[in-house]
Amino acid sequence: MKKFLFALLFVSLLAGSGIANPLDAFKDLEGTLDIAGGTAHIPVMTQAAQDIMTFNPKIRITVAGGGSGVGVKQVGEGLAGIGNTGRPLKESEIEKYGLKTFPFAIDGVALAVHPDNPVKALTKDQVVKIYSGKITDWKDLGGNSGTINLYGREDGSGTRETFTDKLFGKGELSPSVNVVNSNGAMKTAIAQDKRAIGYVGIGHLDNSIAGVAIDGHVPSQENAASGEYPVVRNLFMNTKGEPTGLTAAFIDYIFSEPGAKIIEKSGYIPLPKSK
Amino acid sequence: MLRFSALLISAILGTVIAFIIISGIEAFIKGSGLSLFGDVWNPNAGRFGILMMIQCSVLLAVSSLFTGWFLSLGCCCILNGLAPKFIANLLMGILTLMTAIPTVVYGFAAVFLLVPLIRDALGGTGFCWLTASMILSLQGIPTMTFIMNSAVRSLSSETKITATALGMTPIQHLSRVVLPLSSKAMISAAILGLGRAIGDALLPTMLAGNAIRFAKFPLDSMRTLTAHISLVLSSDIGGGEHFSLLLSGALLLTFCAVISFISRRFGRKINL
Repeated sequence: MKKFLFALLFVSLLAGSGIANPLDAFKDLEGTLDIAGGTAHIPVMTQAAQDIMTFNPKIRITVAGGGSGVGVKQVGEGLAGIGNTGRPLKESEIEKYGLKTFPFAIDGVALAVHPDNPVKALTKDQVVKIYSGKITDWKDLGGNSGTINLYGREDGSGTRETFTDKLFGKGELSPSVNVVNSNGAMKTAIAQDKRAIGYVGIGHLDNSIAGVAIDGHVPSQENAASGEYPVVRNLFMNTKGEPTGLTAAFIDYIFSEPGAKIIEKSGYIPLPKSK
Repeated sequence: MLRFSALLISAILGTVIAFIIISGIEAFIKGSGLSLFGDVWNPNAGRFGILMMIQCSVLLAVSSLFTGWFLSLGCCCILNGLAPKFIANLLMGILTLMTAIPTVVYGFAAVFLLVPLIRDALGGTGFCWLTASMILSLQGIPTMTFIMNSAVRSLSSETKITATALGMTPIQHLSRVVLPLSSKAMISAAILGLGRAIGDALLPTMLAGNAIRFAKFPLDSMRTLTAHISLVLSSDIGGGEHFSLLLSGALLLTFCAVISFISRRFGRKINL
């Protein structure tokens, strides 16, 4: 048995050394890369930056937030190497700065309720009314009677931004929305509260909470990737002109297999590099 | 050497305090068009009022201090002769253990134990003023009890023989002689408890619900200044959110400074 295990270990080591490590691209590089822009990108960028800086301490990568607008401005004016946006670039922005854009992940947001809640489908209009405080009882939605307990995310959260942009719109949120500060805390809150409604990144849906279909579109990773589910947006990295050196290597790393793992771990769906 | 270190520490602390106060004032002046002290928080409309958070901070701190202080007084009396020795020892052990438990553990346990209990028994979401206040007062008990206890213990041994000679029972001794004599420690325990209650960020963030509105009832969701700071980590410099955070920080610091100033004045008077 022991021999067999050793043999297995040996084989797996051999197999491992055969595959090129995507980090090897950073071996001979040094210098600084500044990244700024969308907040939803931050977990992916930070993790990738940490991996790279641990592999080669001569490289320094800084990651800042600021939002999509800041991302475009910083990269356009040469203050950052990569400017992140949670929306496609506008024609005017591409023209003005000569930007090149790289969509790398899909960020989908799912509305979720307690698994015992019979309400598993809502219309967009109903969602707006729920979150603006116009519908306050589950029985008005065909559920068991009881107050709707609203949960939301903090200002500056990428998940909240997608929820607002793609589902809720420009209206005013009800003041009784309880605020939690992570996808995990949101799941805990909904899983315990039978009258809860909240929203999480699609990657965080599991058995402890039930996703709610919007206008008949069921939230799932596949539906988000195929475009069937509407509450999604792409996450973009943007560079001024064709990326070179460290910037190009960083972008390639995001599109590599470990990059995809980081993207999935942050709750998004990785996209292949488009030509 | 010792004097130098003392000066250095005071200088560092002074700089930090000055920095916070100055940036708070600056935020107030620069953000004058953002109605920072208003009662509307709506970043889309350019309104960044933190009046609700101020009200919630004060309510939560005072309410949890109130229960916490009385419970601490009770603990202190149990430790000093109100209960048999083994109960006192047991309580002392529990209190010492409690000081070693990180706040996040209280918060985490409460999310899974107390929050569902409150939700099922009283309604609402369970994330509310009442829940946060209960855990916050629990968290403050050991510190307050130890402050009270050290004063009560030394005063008790000083006056014990005289009191016994006058024919007082131990309980009379405690309630008529020792407790009135140790009022200064009682007040400083309350001040310290209030400072901690108003400054705690983790428990309100985890338990109070963080809805932005004035809290009126114990089951209302509320957002304190500290929770506001930890939730709105703005990454841009100079926006309304940024100003509201700086102002919140300066306000919290001012609260604590005023409290400690009053306590010193008060403490001195009682001593005379």
